[in-house]
Amino acid sequence: MESTAANFKENALGALGDARLRDALDKLSGGFPENRRKAAERLPEFEALRDQARDIKHHVLENLDHYLEAFEARVVEAGGTVHWCRTAAEARTTILRLCKQAGAKTVTKSKSMIGEEIAINEHLEHHGVEPVETDLGEYIIQLRREPPSHIIAPAIHLSKEQIADTFREKHRDLLADRPLEEPRALLEEARGILREKFVAADVGLTGANMLIAETGSTVLVTNEGNADLTYSLPRVHIVLASLEKIVPTLEDATTILRVLARSATGQEMSVYNTFCTGPKRPGDLDGPEEFHVVLLDNGRTDMLGGEFHDMLRCIRCGACLNHCPIYKSVGGHAYGWVYSGPMGAVLIPNLIGMENAHDLPNASTLCGKCEEVCPVRIPLPRMLRAWRKRQFEAQNTSKAARAGLRFWAFFAGQPWLYRIFANLAVGALHKLSRGRGRFRRMAFLGGWTTLRDLPAPAGKTFISQWHGKKPSESGHE
Amino acid sequence: MSNARGEILGAIRTALKRPEAYGAENISVQQRIQAHRANLIPARGRLGTKARVDLFIREAEQVQATVARVSAPAGVPREVARFLAKNNLPMRLKTVLETSGKVIPWSEQTLLSVEEGRADGSEEVCVSQAFAGVAESGTLVMLSGADSPTTLNFLPPTHIVVLGVADIAGDYEEIWDRLRREKTTEAGRFMPRTVNWITGPSRSADIEQTLLLGAHGPLRLHIVIVDGDA
Repeated sequence: MESTAANFKENALGALGDARLRDALDKLSGGFPENRRKAAERLPEFEALRDQARDIKHHVLENLDHYLEAFEARVVEAGGTVHWCRTAAEARTTILRLCKQAGAKTVTKSKSMIGEEIAINEHLEHHGVEPVETDLGEYIIQLRREPPSHIIAPAIHLSKEQIADTFREKHRDLLADRPLEEPRALLEEARGILREKFVAADVGLTGANMLIAETGSTVLVTNEGNADLTYSLPRVHIVLASLEKIVPTLEDATTILRVLARSATGQEMSVYNTFCTGPKRPGDLDGPEEFHVVLLDNGRTDMLGGEFHDMLRCIRCGACLNHCPIYKSVGGHAYGWVYSGPMGAVLIPNLIGMENAHDLPNASTLCGKCEEVCPVRIPLPRMLRAWRKRQFEAQNTSKAARAGLRFWAFFAGQPWLYRIFANLAVGALHKLSRGRGRFRRMAFLGGWTTLRDLPAPAGKTFISQWHGKKPSESGHE
Repeated sequence: MSNARGEILGAIRTALKRPEAYGAENISVQQRIQAHRANLIPARGRLGTKARVDLFIREAEQVQATVARVSAPAGVPREVARFLAKNNLPMRLKTVLETSGKVIPWSEQTLLSVEEGRADGSEEVCVSQAFAGVAESGTLVMLSGADSPTTLNFLPPTHIVVLGVADIAGDYEEIWDRLRREKTTEAGRFMPRTVNWITGPSRSADIEQTLLLGAHGPLRLHIVIVDGDA
């Protein structure tokens, strides 16, 4: 897809003014984080499992070449084929070729972030193959020609009225005045339409949550069951996955599954966890005759061994989005590309270049919640700071911002001077606020005060309040 | 694209500062795979038989599955007929007779019309046999094969699963071990084309976070636990 990640500020401003989006994001932040907390509380071993999940992914990355070779050997033994692709373009060409070989008119798809990353739908459409998204949320945004706004809830930004309007506009064969007020009616309509597509499809294209080196299996996690209809009905099953999805054994995959759903939706387990190994076996009554794994690099090997190495541990649960104050204010589309939230702000510049995403690392308060909830403990704030540092060093930030930072750094390096200055400023601002506790306008700070108030200081700095306390109250000297 | 493989592997080795392809790491990687050691297994599933079965039922019901128990395979057709009648469903189902027919006397329930084969989407009700259950999360484990086509699990709105009480394990790791033990072929492989873990009926919350059952897969999941073969 076309990226608008370079326009984060404009995108975010638009999103902040969108009342419908606000309602949708309020619902999200009321649901997923609370459910995650409950699920974590219910499992005493949750924190220890997160450590193990982190260690498994870390170990795999350190030995990625060996695990990929082992995985490939098992896929081939099971009768499948692995197609190695360096770039998005190579993956698109490979998938189109496999579809053409299968004589495919229709390809059913289950949600794949890599599919979004390489814009496979546009490519297939352009060459006369109809791609049909089958995850309910993904189907809705495909009809609307929008990118997903959340990794696991792609249509989170839409109201049921917007979805009903889209269905009326696109499903022209159905009665114009049919009732579509209830979510159930929308679901039933999509289910009916997609059933025909499932049965008619020549190729099923899925993503993979994991690839297992021990058995050559691919792992699919869904709640709807759409992935299972996608691979079990057509004659050809193509799995599209990036390199870092690999894990050593079934046991390792199991550990990661124990933290994945709990972190994502707060479920103990997603409804359907599926392990596919090769094509159908002699005697099987169903299943695909061909099994292909398209293994994509697309920038991963560049991240390996560098500052953003740990980002490759990501299992795409969406917990960092659900807990991020910025994501919860502006939603996923403001980030301007396939991914969003803290993981997106780190990953997008790696995949499409910092010059195309310069605001994203700054779209964070560095509150640290993302790292706190990450099931594989990715140090997202550290990596956001690393991008900021690179921007500063490459002089990609504005002159005013750089001068301001230098000015502040000078004072921060001289504590006595900083304290004198801070005491003066805090006292003066307190008096100026005349006890209202906030400023509605402030010279040179229009960028802040046009949309919000500036809190006024309490009158004394923290240090002077601390010194003002008696030794007995402040605990020690 | 023939050199894509070599270039990707080469880029990985360069990034990891490890030029030679077959070093000591390769051996330790092979050993780690062959050992397939279990990681931390939550204590939740480590229970005696009765408590384990109770946990399985509790967890399955927690995710909107329904559960019934019968004392022997002969009781399955009657339970299925009862469930269909109670939910006002047609007395017609699809299953695979070759194996389940041996132990489940469908013909004794004359009200039930039983068809054989894989599902094609026209069925209201399908019945399949689970390889195992996992108490930890109320999960069913289904294996694809001549006697259990995958489509039976996903196409019908109502899915009924027969599960032997002895096949209810505490955790997933026990299932992988059992699979390796019972299914390894001469070629050394044990994974069927598809292993499905199923935890409750299909659902989606993609529309305004409203939880709806029966998104693409079954709306109802009914588990019939057979006590007789314990």
